[in-house]
Amino acid sequence: MSKAFRFWGLAPAWALMILTLIVPILIVAGVSVAERGAYGGFDWAFDLTSYRQILFTEGWTDALEFDPKYLWIIARTMLYALTTTVICVALALPVSYFIAQQSARVKIILIYLVTLPFWVSMIVRVYAWLIILGNDGILERVYRLFGGADVSGFLFTSGAMITGMVYSYIPLMVLPVYASVEKIDPALIEASHDLYGSRWVTLRRVILPLTAPGLMAGSILVFVPCLGTVLEPMLLGGGKQLMMGTLIQTQFGGARNWPFGAAIAMVLLAFVVLVLLINARRMPRQSEIGL
Amino acid sequence: MSRPSAIEVVNVSKKFGDYTALDHVDFKILQNEFFTLLGPSGCGKTTLLRMIAGFETPSAGTLLLKGKAIAQMPAHKRRVNTVFQNYALFPHMTLSQNIAFGLENLGWDKARIRERVGRMLEMVHMEDFAARKPDQLSGGQRQRIALARALASEPEVLLLDEPLSALDLKLRQAMRNELRALQRDTGITFVFVTHDQEEALDMSDRIAVMGHGRVQQIGTPIEIYEDPKTRFVADFIGDTNFLEGEVIASDGSTATIRTALGTDVTTTCENVSGPGPATLSIRPEKIGVGEQAEGLILTSTVLSRNYLGGFTHYTVRVGEIDLRLSRRNAQSHQDAFDIGDAVRIGFRDSNARILGQ
Ligand SMILES: Nc1ncnc2c1ncn2[C@@H]1O[C@H](COP(=O)(O)OP(=O)(O)OP(=O)(O)O)[C@@H](O)[C@H]1O
Ligand SMILES: [Mg+2]
Repeated sequence: MSKAFRFWGLAPAWALMILTLIVPILIVAGVSVAERGAYGGFDWAFDLTSYRQILFTEGWTDALEFDPKYLWIIARTMLYALTTTVICVALALPVSYFIAQQSARVKIILIYLVTLPFWVSMIVRVYAWLIILGNDGILERVYRLFGGADVSGFLFTSGAMITGMVYSYIPLMVLPVYASVEKIDPALIEASHDLYGSRWVTLRRVILPLTAPGLMAGSILVFVPCLGTVLEPMLLGGGKQLMMGTLIQTQFGGARNWPFGAAIAMVLLAFVVLVLLINARRMPRQSEIGL
Repeated sequence: MSRPSAIEVVNVSKKFGDYTALDHVDFKILQNEFFTLLGPSGCGKTTLLRMIAGFETPSAGTLLLKGKAIAQMPAHKRRVNTVFQNYALFPHMTLSQNIAFGLENLGWDKARIRERVGRMLEMVHMEDFAARKPDQLSGGQRQRIALARALASEPEVLLLDEPLSALDLKLRQAMRNELRALQRDTGITFVFVTHDQEEALDMSDRIAVMGHGRVQQIGTPIEIYEDPKTRFVADFIGDTNFLEGEVIASDGSTATIRTALGTDVTTTCENVSGPGPATLSIRPEKIGVGEQAEGLILTSTVLSRNYLGGFTHYTVRVGEIDLRLSRRNAQSHQDAFDIGDAVRIGFRDSNARILGQ
């Protein structure tokens, strides 16, 4: 391949990347260091107020006071994203092993079913949980049907939020984990039994370590979008608990503080890059993931 | 034979759906024996081996390990280890960890494991590789680690499923000798699966020739080669000429057969109960040609010649039958016979075998 071809052949990809990824990020970065406009929006003037605002508030005397309000939101976001990831791991492992043990035809059908929700709009899927968890919703009715007390209040809790997030992102965990499990040579499992390994030993010392690349990949794929998720906290959490995603959304919306929203977005981006960097260092041989 | 048996296969059958992979297989493997299962592809060798290891259960019959029934015993409780065909080394563990795996599961203490792992690495000449991962090894090296791992706990029986088939020719030759020496040194019973007859003849104390899901014959390499009991065995092990004919006289252990050769042949027979159709089997190297001809002398015409260095193979015609024979090239630049030449050939009656139907 000639040098020119190698350059121009990639031009469309570069153009797409620059226009849809780099430019928007640069714009957001620019806005985050701009000055808040008097009537919303922003004015082009270099101003780091937004970043300062993340950690400090201006007290009565105009002195800066440390205020962890936004740090709490960031911490909460991390916690919920982490919880969601852990639950996804716990669910995806048995599901993947189960699928891997089926016949070739059943496997295809099951994998198709796992990805099926992606064909439906995210909003519709989250709304479905409103119906399930809502007042006099399906969950409450089923509960009453089995003689439970008249309960309500499943909705608008952190439990509801995490349920929604697990539901939304679990296919992104199942697929890479399944890909790892599927690749495990059955002879290795037999070798483990052959060498006096019980089922438990085989799971812990052979199957799990060989599934690790898929678990890593899946965790990234779930954790990262969970950091910026908006729909679940808004619809299922009832907007009672702010997360980074909803915080950004309100700054660009109701609060009309674009520079501050952009600053939070940059912090979020920084966390995502950090997670990816840690992962890249931990897993030098990413090609094993087999995605 | 007074030696105790390591494994008894008692009337074992195995069905996969309607397909019968093993059909009433019944034999004993003795302790400290190098026992080989030999047979064409698909005859059930792997199935039998996996049954001994505990990865398959018999549809009928039982298996005894040192006299105890093991049909209900899970694989991880059997003191039987396997060298898998593709070695099945754990890719995420170092070679030391691979070898230690079984010992850890047996609950050995750390010092003893370390000592044994070192000794096993030494035994297979891989001391310098202890910290490597399996994907950094050549095929032959992996093979050795697989052996070391399987032998580390000194199992009662070692199962080997075509362990040499993935190696190149040179290495295969060397590993044959190494395996044999290892078996002698450790005194562990080896059950070796192959479809390579030369490998089987070279290495085994005894061979079970399998075909069509049954054991066709069990015996030492010499018995299997020189005294095949059925056409199947004579045909599968080595090369032979089959001549169809009629038994005209028999006394149980010897018979006289009349074939298209024109001369009656009297020799040892198998499965001959009286007059009737039978087959005469005579191996190519047992037929002498030219100055090497002796015994029953026949005249023939050379049809084809294949020079192979140490030997030259000829196909000759006697009357209506074609015979393959092999002539040792005992002299350098030995005279060869040309196609169309009339040559004297001959074999001793006692070197042929009569096989009943
Ligand atoms: N799990 C299974 N399900 C169905 N059929 C099977 C199964 N395992 C083996 N068979 C069949 O049983 C027969 C014997 O198989 P086996 O693997 O024991 O042969 P083999 O003698 O080891 O052959 P090879 O020399 O090719 O390895 C084959 O016809 C095979 O198709
Ligand atoms: Mg096989």
